[in-house]
Amino acid sequence: MRTAARPLRWLRRHLVVIAGLGTLAYLLLPNVIVTVFSFNKPAGRFNYEWREFSTDAWTHPCDVAGLCGSLSLSLWIALWATLGATVLGTLAAFALARHRFRGRGGVSGLVFLPMAMPEVVMAASMATLFLNTGVAFGFWTILIAHITFCLSFVVTAVKARVASMDPRLEQAAQDLYATPLQTFLRVTLPIAAPGIAAGALLSFALSFDDFVITNFNAGSTVTFPMYVWGAAQRGTPVQINVVGTAMFAVAVLCVLAGQLAGRRKNRRRGSRRS
Amino acid sequence: MTTVTSGTPDTAETPAPARPSGTGRRVPYWLLLPGVLWLLVFFVAPLVYQASTSVQTGSLEDGFRVTWHFATYWDALGTYWPQFLRSIGYATAATLLCLLLGYPLAYLIAFRAGRWRTLLMVLVIAPFFTSFLIRTLAWKTILSDGGPVVGALDSLHVLGLTDALGVTEGHRLLATPLAVVCGLTYNFLPFMILPLYTSLERIDGRLHEAAGDLYAGPLTTFRRVTFPLSMPGVVAGTLLTFIPAAGDYINAELLGSPDQKMIGNVVQSQFLRVLDYPTAAALSFLLMAVILAMVTVYLRRAGTEDVV
Repeated sequence: MRTAARPLRWLRRHLVVIAGLGTLAYLLLPNVIVTVFSFNKPAGRFNYEWREFSTDAWTHPCDVAGLCGSLSLSLWIALWATLGATVLGTLAAFALARHRFRGRGGVSGLVFLPMAMPEVVMAASMATLFLNTGVAFGFWTILIAHITFCLSFVVTAVKARVASMDPRLEQAAQDLYATPLQTFLRVTLPIAAPGIAAGALLSFALSFDDFVITNFNAGSTVTFPMYVWGAAQRGTPVQINVVGTAMFAVAVLCVLAGQLAGRRKNRRRGSRRS
Repeated sequence: MTTVTSGTPDTAETPAPARPSGTGRRVPYWLLLPGVLWLLVFFVAPLVYQASTSVQTGSLEDGFRVTWHFATYWDALGTYWPQFLRSIGYATAATLLCLLLGYPLAYLIAFRAGRWRTLLMVLVIAPFFTSFLIRTLAWKTILSDGGPVVGALDSLHVLGLTDALGVTEGHRLLATPLAVVCGLTYNFLPFMILPLYTSLERIDGRLHEAAGDLYAGPLTTFRRVTFPLSMPGVVAGTLLTFIPAAGDYINAELLGSPDQKMIGNVVQSQFLRVLDYPTAAALSFLLMAVILAMVTVYLRRAGTEDVV
């Protein structure tokens, strides 16, 4: 009885850990598959079945027609969308977080709505506007659409950061005879910077990965997600998995490097204080 | 100069120091002008155009004209109610699964992870950066008919059971409702984990000790202390998963068959393939109305319990 109860008790005590790690495995399993199949040499057009190990796709990533072109187009769009959304969003976030004015609630609602709406609805409505006004679908319509849906995320990220900032810091700067511009550049902006960076990073990732809104507003222009979508019907080259694996690796390395840098900075600050 | 009395300036609703001067009062409007103008032109105007499109009749050749033809809504609902029901059903199932799977992981990261916390957070967020289409395609490999998952579940006689329940068909996983729900759950799981983690992380560990001191077992502590305090995260997480899942058409397209089409698939094909813009617009608004109604009811119910 007692010997049978022990593993059960162990299981009960560690249930959360086991279940949590199980969920993590569920989250990461597709990434493992993508990585493994980036070293596959498929027999047919589709890379769904394991055949034989090969590094061909890694050494010749641009051998597939259209893939690298769509990739660079997506990076380019993501870059401009990030820039546009970050500038517009940061300005609005400062207004919402630092000022009380008439219509503030309405503006907050307006900013919140795009995030609370299913993507198809927003995608179809934007395409309706472009159809009705006769704007040609392509680079510009994609860029406009991306800035629109990234904007809300930037506002939310920056607003959270600015709202948690102690207003006494700016008053202190003014008490020390800093001009409004100096106060903004030397106190306000550095404090808001992590929020702005988070918003920008989020915009980049969202824009680069967006399929639904792009699908409705791209016309015949092909971004990377649209290339993948087409490949799901025509045949999936191994190079798609190479891109997927590389994106995952770069993301993990960037975040870990950022964390390490942050920790070192904290440690240095801590030692200086002691 | 204004005096600062508030000690916690970290909520969004904290009144910001207003500048009394005449020019200062106009500052927020100038800051907002570009962003709000952008949203008015590229977010509000499109919705107005879509509303007007939904009551138009006509054809691509002759052009569309506003005829206040509200019957489009009625016809769309009459034709596509199975897809509506399916969308709600799949999204609800995926949301519940996300909560069930996401809670232990959020709990683990918030209370048990220690120095592994950062690494675990990175592993939750990092898949975001691989194109979600590529990851969803990977599920095709995982769930494929000859694959290890189907083999293992079949030898455990699980697939016979799920076949009987009607969530799978013919001892396979791909192109079944289960595959679509699995894909939806997978794709929106991080949206559940992040708010759950945020609200769990805020809970004071001493409350757990206090519950223990008052002879509450782990389960009672969870049911009476932890879970109620994590309610804001649960509400935010369920909304963040349910709304996009109900409108999604990628998972149904890639992992399902025509039998699993959701309302997003219909909007997409009506707009991009059939080019029936009025129906597509009407379906969009119906989808929004259904979601809005469900969210309102849900928020009211989640809000009336004394949990927050």
